[in-house]
Amino acid sequence: MTPYMSIAKAMPSILEYDFMVRALIGGAMIGALAPVLGMFLVLRRVALIADTLSHVAFMGVAIGLITKTFPPITALGATSIAAVAIDQLRARRMMPGDTVLAVFLYTALAIAVVIISVSGGFNVDIFSYLFGSVLAIDSLDLWLVAGLMVVVIGFVGLFFSELAQTSFDGDLARTSGVPVDRINLALAVLTGATITLSMRIVGVLLIGALIVIPVVASLRLATGLRSAVLLAMGIGVTSSLLGLTIAFYGNMAAGGAVVLTSVGLLVLVETGATLRNRMQRGRRQGNRFGT
Amino acid sequence: MNAYDSSLINRPLVLEFSKVWFSYGWEPVIEDVTFTLEKGEFAAVLGPNGGGKTTMLRLALGLVAPKSGSITLFGDEPTEFRHWRQVGYVPQVAEGIHSRFPATTEEVVAQGLYRGFNPLGVLRSAAQTHVLEAMETVDILELRGRRITSLSVGQQQRILIARALVREPQLLVLDEPLAGIDAAGQEQFHALLRRLNTELNMTILLVSHDIGAVMREATTVACINKAMVFHGPAHTLTQRELATLYGFPVDVLVHDALHEHR
Repeated sequence: MTPYMSIAKAMPSILEYDFMVRALIGGAMIGALAPVLGMFLVLRRVALIADTLSHVAFMGVAIGLITKTFPPITALGATSIAAVAIDQLRARRMMPGDTVLAVFLYTALAIAVVIISVSGGFNVDIFSYLFGSVLAIDSLDLWLVAGLMVVVIGFVGLFFSELAQTSFDGDLARTSGVPVDRINLALAVLTGATITLSMRIVGVLLIGALIVIPVVASLRLATGLRSAVLLAMGIGVTSSLLGLTIAFYGNMAAGGAVVLTSVGLLVLVETGATLRNRMQRGRRQGNRFGT
Repeated sequence: MNAYDSSLINRPLVLEFSKVWFSYGWEPVIEDVTFTLEKGEFAAVLGPNGGGKTTMLRLALGLVAPKSGSITLFGDEPTEFRHWRQVGYVPQVAEGIHSRFPATTEEVVAQGLYRGFNPLGVLRSAAQTHVLEAMETVDILELRGRRITSLSVGQQQRILIARALVREPQLLVLDEPLAGIDAAGQEQFHALLRRLNTELNMTILLVSHDIGAVMREATTVACINKAMVFHGPAHTLTQRELATLYGFPVDVLVHDALHEHR
């Protein structure tokens, strides 16, 4: 028996554990779902909304825990209300767009901290929402994520043209007859819902990364918007599955491992693309000088 | 009878500003502006930086609403306007250019064919023909298949013009479209506008910094520095009014050979 075989035999199979199977299924769904919405946020340069809604979701969890309500419900309510309020403030230009997001982010975080301190301090539940806990995922979570996935993919599929136009240029889209405000609102509400349902797996502090990083990597490679969305989904799913596997065998926090895996893929893509560009430039210069 | 005199024959109003005021916060940007644009007119808007030219276009397109006064676009309030197929808009730059927007030149031009919610509306062969025709009109067929963000500023601007033209609009609104385009390209562009205006009777509203080109090409000129300094036939615009507009003496040289088409 080789040393590698003995190590493999000693390692437990990830699929022997029900909680890991649930985590892998949920992680794959969120890995696919988050970058789909993230694509249209990053292109419109409002990726910070994911971070803002994450903190609002955290506030919602704190409200749920103190009022003994199912936290995902209160978090979903909080993110939906915040998404509508942010959208209205931005549309009415009462504050610059990034300022609105910053105000909501810090207000939500401050309310959450106050609620937690009033309730007697941090406890295990809060940490599971902050950083994710694969042990906490149950079949209800999976069904909710699956339902949301159908809604998000249906929305993006039906309104792809409107989303593309809105992401390319809001004013051009408006003067083409695209209902930009309604599209933006739907996108913000669905982003809030995705964050809420992803909390248990990746955690509110890190879900924003899974919404943004696979998108940044895919934009380096894809030439068309549809291919960019599919590629971002692929990178998201790979990050989730690989990250959860690394977390299982390395005994690490799942959310952190998933996000670090996506960062690793981004570094790989950026390095590969930079090398490819340099080689192409070198080849062009070689052709010019007849070498 | 020159181009402006012929416009004295009553033609339908495409755009009308009546005593319009607008401000960002407390700072007024547009002060008591009255302006009309008739069907088939080629109007240029001149003015210094920060004088309200772009804001005037944004008001005309319903992207912002006036604080007081009224605006009509094809008879409707711009913020309530629904017949966007009649309007082609070319901004100074599209936001997506700065965010690695993954689209080919044809995909961007095809966006101009949007006719409302239609989830099954894939790029049909007829639509593809329109896209290629629009690209040919602005002489960018060789850019087919290129990613929009890989192009030069001038080439990107031509893509945006093709995107506006593919709609076959009645009104073409352009906000300083010549930034980044070289002198030869500018002459081609002016020839294109001239052709669209005279042959297709397309109404044109152009914001520009090029005083010479404006006086040569446009039928009417609106000079704006928050308030309207001058509005009338291009050939009646004097150096005194230009000096009032910019706050210093302005000499305008209009090349005779180029002026002949007037």
